[in-house]
Amino acid sequence: MSKNDRPALSRRQLLVAAGSGMLMAAGVAAAPRAAHAGPAEADEAVKKLIGGASIKEGRVNLKLPQIAENGNTVPFTVSVDSPMTESDYVKSVYIISEGNPFPHVATFNFTPASGKAEVSMRMRMAKTQYVRAVATMSDGSVYQAKQEVKVTIGGCGG
Amino acid sequence: MLTRRDFFQVAAAAAVLSGAAGGLASAAARQAISQTDLLAFKPVGQVTLLSFTDIHAQLRPLYFREPSVNLGVGEVRGLPPHLTGRELLAAFDLKAGSPEAYALSSEDFAALARSYGRVGGLDRMATLVKAIRAERPQNTLLIDSGDTWQGSYTSLKSAGADMVETMNLLGVDVMTGHWEFTYGEARVKELVEQLDFSFLCGNVRDTEWDEDVFEHTAFFDRGGIKVAVIGQAFPYTPVANPRHLIPKWSFGIREDDVQKRIDAARAAGAALVVLASHNGFDVDRKLASRVKGLDVILTGHTHDAIPAVIRAGDTLLVAAGSHGKFLARLDVEVRGGRVVDHAFRLIPVFTDAIAPDPAMAALIDRLRAPHEKELARVLGRTETLLYRRGNFNGTFDDLICQALLAERDAEIALSPGFRWGSSLLPGQDITVEDVYNLTAITYPAVYRNQMSGAALKEILEDVADNLFHPDPYYQQGGDMVRVGGLSYAIDIGKPIGARISDMRLMRTGEPIDAAKTYTVAGWASVNAHTEGPPVYDLVSRHIERNKIIAMPENRSIRVAGG
Repeated sequence: MSKNDRPALSRRQLLVAAGSGMLMAAGVAAAPRAAHAGPAEADEAVKKLIGGASIKEGRVNLKLPQIAENGNTVPFTVSVDSPMTESDYVKSVYIISEGNPFPHVATFNFTPASGKAEVSMRMRMAKTQYVRAVATMSDGSVYQAKQEVKVTIGGCGG
Repeated sequence: MLTRRDFFQVAAAAAVLSGAAGGLASAAARQAISQTDLLAFKPVGQVTLLSFTDIHAQLRPLYFREPSVNLGVGEVRGLPPHLTGRELLAAFDLKAGSPEAYALSSEDFAALARSYGRVGGLDRMATLVKAIRAERPQNTLLIDSGDTWQGSYTSLKSAGADMVETMNLLGVDVMTGHWEFTYGEARVKELVEQLDFSFLCGNVRDTEWDEDVFEHTAFFDRGGIKVAVIGQAFPYTPVANPRHLIPKWSFGIREDDVQKRIDAARAAGAALVVLASHNGFDVDRKLASRVKGLDVILTGHTHDAIPAVIRAGDTLLVAAGSHGKFLARLDVEVRGGRVVDHAFRLIPVFTDAIAPDPAMAALIDRLRAPHEKELARVLGRTETLLYRRGNFNGTFDDLICQALLAERDAEIALSPGFRWGSSLLPGQDITVEDVYNLTAITYPAVYRNQMSGAALKEILEDVADNLFHPDPYYQQGGDMVRVGGLSYAIDIGKPIGARISDMRLMRTGEPIDAAKTYTVAGWASVNAHTEGPPVYDLVSRHIERNKIIAMPENRSIRVAGG
């Protein structure tokens, strides 16, 4: 495994680093518990970003694994259904975590010249949690999608 | 869900076989179940799909007890495959004590095993496959849904080579994988090269370029139509098994890709589209309800033996059990690009009723010959039935946990909830081969470790969620981690974090303290660099020390919400 695979706070790797082999893999015991955000903190973060606008479901498509293979680097793609014209386009997409130390993970801004509103990235996930993608439209409306991603200690399949 | 036709086929099969009910010697059973009866089938349509799955490297006949506890949650509660014992017999109209009841349920297992004998054996499977191919030479496909290369002494020693040789001889047309990957990237590539057929995985990509690692679809002309078979490897291989063995490969259900493969196959002229899947039954049932244009899923991974085709939307699901115990035959008639008729039979491979195929028997003998002395070495004898399957415990796992506690001087033992592993009848000798049948993995180290009560709770909760998450896409398909020295209660209907309660250290009866540390022994860690003796040696030593094994009924787990 490369060094890049094992940043300091990884649940999965901590025990490896400690030289012990716990069944089902994870360093849950030894990990110093960071203060994680919860749904309430995530709501608060969203409110700061979009103000009081009401949030509708739909238009936002999240492509995420159900169970992360590696919580340190979880690949995902967000796309938003939009014609991306001067009169109707996606302005911003916010990625919100309900379980990381800081709920506001990323902001992506778009213009009609973007052509389509789609981004792929990788994010680190501290634990099993819901990930939200919140999209603000040029007409001021706001849409979101969310999905649970399990960061499991694994090891029992079979 | 079950069609009238499916029921009829099952009932007919049971009627043919049930002449041999109750208390017969194996010799009598041999006469009551004939090879001809097992092969009896009225062909339908253009294509015969023969399939098996999860053989787990079992070349020779064995005993295999199906689970008595296999709970479903959410929408699938009480549906097949989550029916066991008498409920299963009633749902499929099977007579208690019949050969089919012996093959499919746990009811009265040890007694019926004495009547009907062993099951499986690749030489017997070969006989059935050859007979059906002879009957339908232009129509037949043989599909292996994975977990073929791992699970025995000889597969471990040959790093899967024995299974590649036997599968080539059997004439498999395509396969997919899961435990295959535990031989590591380099060895998997070598073995795939040695196959005479395709290793199909539509859901494995390399992590660097996000490109397909394996072929995803194979096309065949059968019965005048074009058949596409798409492969789906176990989606959570890098989570459930060590990722360090395949660090450059990424898996996942990848539902969108499955749809794309189906559409591409249709566009290429396929009139019948089949998924050879290692998703597990509930995952496949959900997948079938969400993709379009998929005619058949040959499901594997969860080791379910279902004696009828299960319909999900327009898709027919076949679950062919495990350990070479069954050969599934699904005949389909395709008109206008869709299946308009089908016939199905889950054929139990009753060893004593089927003549061994000489070529396969000779190959198996040759592969085993160098190891035969060690395989047959007797370690002890069991006075009680030893088996693994069950959501929460199995008596062989209880024995493994007992060995872990004793041999590593631990307070608590953890043993993985694997679903593979043969059964032993009361009075049987326990051989080295038997121990490997339950433990033959490429990451066998038994660790000894200090763990906090909180960590133990988190492990139990985490594994329980992998099994009982109400959304099948979040399930990994194994059973609950087995525990020794620890008792607990579980409510499977609760969410993660709230299922496990009343954890106690059995030695003292004291509740487990979240802040206290306990000495824990376990095996099958997915971490690299785990240290400790291999589990098969440790368990063998324990049995040799004790000679006579008698496992009491496990009363340490209380289950609610089922």
